[in-house]
Amino acid sequence: MLVYLIRRLLQSVAVLLVMSVLVFVGVFAIGDPVEILINPQADQAEIARARAALGLDQPLWRQYALFVVNAATGDLGRSFVHNVPAIDLILQRMPATLELAVTATLFGVLLGVPLGLLAGLRPQSRIGKSIMAGSILGFSLPTFWVGLMLIMVFAVQLGWLPSTGRGETRRVLGIDLSILTLDGLRHIVLPALNLALFKLSLVIRLSRAGTREVVLQDYVKFARAKGLAQRRVVWVHVFKNIMIPIVTVLGLELGSTIAFAVVTETIFAWPGMGKLIIDSINLLDRPVVVAYLMVVVFMFILINLAVDLAYSVLDPRVRLSEVKG
Amino acid sequence: MTAEIVPVAPAVETPFRRFVAEFCASRLAVAGLVGLSIILLVAIFAPWIAPQDPYDLRQLDVLDGRLPPLSKSMGGKTYWLGTDDQGRDMLSGIMYGLRTSLLVGVGSSFFAMLIGMAAGLTAAYVGGAIETLIMRIVDIQLSFPAILIALILLAVLGQGVDKIMIALVAVQWAYYARTVRGTALVERRKEYIEAARCLALGKSRIVFRHLLPNCLPPLIVVNTVLVAGAIALEATLSFLGLGLPITKPSLGLLIANGFAYMLSGKYWISFFPGVALLATIVCINLVGDQLRDVLNPRLQK
Repeated sequence: MLVYLIRRLLQSVAVLLVMSVLVFVGVFAIGDPVEILINPQADQAEIARARAALGLDQPLWRQYALFVVNAATGDLGRSFVHNVPAIDLILQRMPATLELAVTATLFGVLLGVPLGLLAGLRPQSRIGKSIMAGSILGFSLPTFWVGLMLIMVFAVQLGWLPSTGRGETRRVLGIDLSILTLDGLRHIVLPALNLALFKLSLVIRLSRAGTREVVLQDYVKFARAKGLAQRRVVWVHVFKNIMIPIVTVLGLELGSTIAFAVVTETIFAWPGMGKLIIDSINLLDRPVVVAYLMVVVFMFILINLAVDLAYSVLDPRVRLSEVKG
Repeated sequence: MTAEIVPVAPAVETPFRRFVAEFCASRLAVAGLVGLSIILLVAIFAPWIAPQDPYDLRQLDVLDGRLPPLSKSMGGKTYWLGTDDQGRDMLSGIMYGLRTSLLVGVGSSFFAMLIGMAAGLTAAYVGGAIETLIMRIVDIQLSFPAILIALILLAVLGQGVDKIMIALVAVQWAYYARTVRGTALVERRKEYIEAARCLALGKSRIVFRHLLPNCLPPLIVVNTVLVAGAIALEATLSFLGLGLPITKPSLGLLIANGFAYMLSGKYWISFFPGVALLATIVCINLVGDQLRDVLNPRLQK
């Protein structure tokens, strides 16, 4: 177990380093930020001074070495555009993204599990079939287009819900949250629903497949034979057993939800990390782009590690020490 | 295709006929195939059947801009699906956009398949340290979501048809590699490979003539799913402004273009390209679903 953990951590560090080289070298190949940042009438000397101030006159390898040394101490560079530390900019936006991702996941589970159970208990009925057809549609629908349609229907035509921003937020433990105010809740419904769409389809499929398998098991038959009410059989015996794969997949999906939030945030002008990265790419704000990618890659490595470890705890059949390194 | 299952004389059962018959067992899948064929034909023949060349600025009239569907132009033409802000006929725009989207999607999946197939076959047949290395890279890559990898690459590479294709290939090769390796590992233990080895056939002959053809069925299934995925991902990236340049609008870019007018109720600029995109993806998925059932040896009676 300890050997596995150490090997897994070393691998994570290696991935992080490879990613950092890729991102750093790559991002520095695009455009010259000085041209955008400086007044077009500036003379040669001024441009050179700006270059030196931003550290762009150094050779690439030295810039990278400096970046790694600074990154190890938590400093990922200063934003060219906002002139504040890039990491602060990202951390400031992170709660909004996490709030959106968690709300979307909740939507996916709260709607998906009951629908999947229903479809799994009555696979041949019309309801079961339409739920499945709906989930196929949910996989096929491009997220960004659904977002536009949600705006068109609920914000433009019906005028029920707002389509941009976070609305009023309330500060809890130093973090601004939208879900605590009525206005904020109204603002989060559409983006969260949009982001939940894919997860919803996934959860429906998983819980339907799980239900169909579990209802054939002896313990369910036995529970029925004991004369337990259908409700108790479904919510205690079936429900508990279909949740294991769903929890695992959702854990893994949390990362991709955060990545996909880029699209939803752009559409709904949700001020999270995703919107920040798109804006930064367009403004050639290199330090922020590099910092964002590093933060997200880091989050991913952590999530993957946590899921792997959780697996070994939850499911004793998975013997980590035997996993080939 | 449907003509083949209506035999005039008692038909001889060939594997192909059986395949066709099994495929046609699902009406939904046949509908998907018909839809897909229509979409492909429209995309291929767009320059001949589109009412207007959307890239030819001489044919556009800014005065016709943002007209709702079914309105008439100054010249008496009907814009069935309305026009965009430049006065471009949406129907023509969609036909040309389909061309770009399909080209990028199919093209990048094809290259990804070549690379993934080579990597997967090498891993399965050579084994050892090379296999471990290849599969480690695949594992690590697949632990990141596709959109993140594409985002990193496009932030690095910039815009352009070639750039987005590189990004899509880089995203997708790993799926092919994993599938091919998995199948090849099973297939290489079978008797016919052993027999080929006993005949002292060359390694490349065994791999390409015996092993590869038998790995194709699952590959075809993965391919349909991944083509749909590539088309959707390209549209998403283009929508974010990271994909194709404005000179070659794909469906995603057309949708992005209409986004600005959505809030003023001009829905058609975004709506119809989205419908075209959705129809394409749904048709591919329907065909892919049925192919998976037909080609899956576990489900065969």
